[in-house]
Amino acid sequence: MTAVEKISATEKLASDFEVVKKNLPGNSFVQNIRQKAIESFSAIGIPARKNEEYKYSNVQKLFGEGWKVGKLENWKVDVQPGKYFISNLDAHIIVLVNGFFSEELSSLKDPDKTIVVSSLQKAFEKYPELIEKHLSTCADINSDAFIALNTAYTADGVFINVPDNTVVEKPIHIINLIAAKESRLFFPRNLFIVGKNAQVQLVETFDTHDLRVKAIGASVTEIAIDENAKVQYYRLQNENENGQQINTVCTSQQRNSHFDTNTVTLSGGWVRNNLNIALNGENCETHLNGLFLASENNYVDNHTLIDHRKPHCESNQTYKGILDGKSTGVFNGKIFVQRDAQKTNAYQSSKNILLSDDATINTKPQLEIYADDVKCSHGSSTGRIDEDALFYLRARGLSIESAKKLLLHAFVNDVLQTIRIDALREHLETLIHKKLD
Amino acid sequence: MLSIKNLRAGIEGKEIIKGFNLEVKAGEVHAIMGPNGSGKSTLSNVLAGREDYVVTSGEVLFKEKNILEMSPEDRAREGLFLAFQYPIEIPGVSNINFLKTAINEIRAYKGLPPMEAKDFLKMVKEKQALVELQGSLANRSVNEGFSGGEKKRNEIFQMAMLEPTLAILDETDSGLDIDALRIVANGVNKLRSPQRSFIVITHYQRLLDYIVPDYVHVMYEGKIVKSGGKELALELEEKGYDWIKKEAVEA
Repeated sequence: MTAVEKISATEKLASDFEVVKKNLPGNSFVQNIRQKAIESFSAIGIPARKNEEYKYSNVQKLFGEGWKVGKLENWKVDVQPGKYFISNLDAHIIVLVNGFFSEELSSLKDPDKTIVVSSLQKAFEKYPELIEKHLSTCADINSDAFIALNTAYTADGVFINVPDNTVVEKPIHIINLIAAKESRLFFPRNLFIVGKNAQVQLVETFDTHDLRVKAIGASVTEIAIDENAKVQYYRLQNENENGQQINTVCTSQQRNSHFDTNTVTLSGGWVRNNLNIALNGENCETHLNGLFLASENNYVDNHTLIDHRKPHCESNQTYKGILDGKSTGVFNGKIFVQRDAQKTNAYQSSKNILLSDDATINTKPQLEIYADDVKCSHGSSTGRIDEDALFYLRARGLSIESAKKLLLHAFVNDVLQTIRIDALREHLETLIHKKLD
Repeated sequence: MLSIKNLRAGIEGKEIIKGFNLEVKAGEVHAIMGPNGSGKSTLSNVLAGREDYVVTSGEVLFKEKNILEMSPEDRAREGLFLAFQYPIEIPGVSNINFLKTAINEIRAYKGLPPMEAKDFLKMVKEKQALVELQGSLANRSVNEGFSGGEKKRNEIFQMAMLEPTLAILDETDSGLDIDALRIVANGVNKLRSPQRSFIVITHYQRLLDYIVPDYVHVMYEGKIVKSGGKELALELEEKGYDWIKKEAVEA
């Protein structure tokens, strides 16, 4: 064995960075953050399973195979984006290919002049003051190896700025496509800034376009939500079995703001979602809903962290999973209630149905409460399809298959009902219907 | 229509039905009464095909077909209906939606095309009126948040929709106040026809004031120990079950 083969993934990523960094975009401010980020990444390293946060996610194995750092420039791929549209969804369309904003495939419908939707690369040049104010503020490079790694390698992604008092009428649909011919690593980075009293609906879909080799996407999305703003953020993950993702979403909410998010995972070989919410102002509301359907050898891991830092905030989480085959699911929900966060209302629920003997789910609520006048509750349940309900329906003439399907639809229905864009909800209902068939 | 011969069945290795015999002809209403623990509910579960129950011997012919070999859904498709003693709540499954699926699967079994949407809705309206079930309840999730009376009315509503040839009412009167009892009984009486038979399982004679049976059977320790006309129910009401138990022991 040669010395080169012996170096760890952490070391390789750190040394590759030295090679590619001169081609990475951004001014000295951005370059400075990159440098700090790679140092932090080198110090933390790719987490081992003894790291409590990655106990079930074998990321060392993920990074053990023969991958390469992606070509850090725009990709030209022959894609008809229409295939990835959501029918009846009248939306602004943004297409990212391998994490790069594609100008030619994206189309903004009668964009309001005040809203900025652009590639992150461009935003580095055109809006340095916004970048300096917001980049790497929600996502702490010292808190997690993959935030650090993404921050160092950030090449492109979506930049959205919704100024104060602006309501974006149409949803913004971001289509993420992975289309690699060889095992690659991708680092998409999004920055969404939502001003005071502003409102926006964001839909992100994740698909693989003809991906025949394993790829790893390590993405970071930062959302800065200012006072009294309302943000709905929906993510639909539907990659093929070669898709492997570590997604981190970090939001910071200022007073009186609302954040609603749904994370729906219907497919994908290996998916880890980190969702970190910081409630930095009083009277905020945040609703986290999640749904996943795992089968075969799928791995779906949702880690949420809600940090209640100020009083009178409310957080609500409902995650549901249906696991079949040899799939594995994880739900880890951490809630911090800081000393100042009196009158906090925090609720968390995780419910799962196992359809096979070989499927596994690990759920773990973690509540750390330092304030004394709060209401916090959590609940978790895992089981099989309710036999009594199944018999009831069969006794009325339904086949066992139809009865199961009805019960599984019923199980996911309350999460689907939290989606407030009708076309998206109908699209999901159709996809779930097909998947449960 | 239904012929049960020497049926023996139980659950978890415990025999509960111990040589049960019954003949039900088209259009007849049979009441099965008996003290708690005599096996009445086990009988209804065995007939409906609940898989936890094991039949060890005997036969059950329904319209000349051996139903013990059939899945619960095929029994239902053949025209057997069980009104549950404890109808369960199924959150998220709409009453109407599931009935539509049920009707169409039953129709498919019989080689019929799916029912037209407008015919289905017309039928829903008609049958709801039969048991005085509010439209809003029919559209809700199956039994979710229903009162005890509403659940039982929903069972009869489903029966009316599915138009079975044999309906088994398992203690449909339990937990009903007198008004609800009257509504449920009225619904059943309107569904009586020369082609449709009923087995009414009940603990009390009260229900039989409203649904007048052709035959009354007393079940004790897993079999029928006494049969008679509707007057037997009155006798039981008056004298209780002790004399039956005594007779059974002496026999």
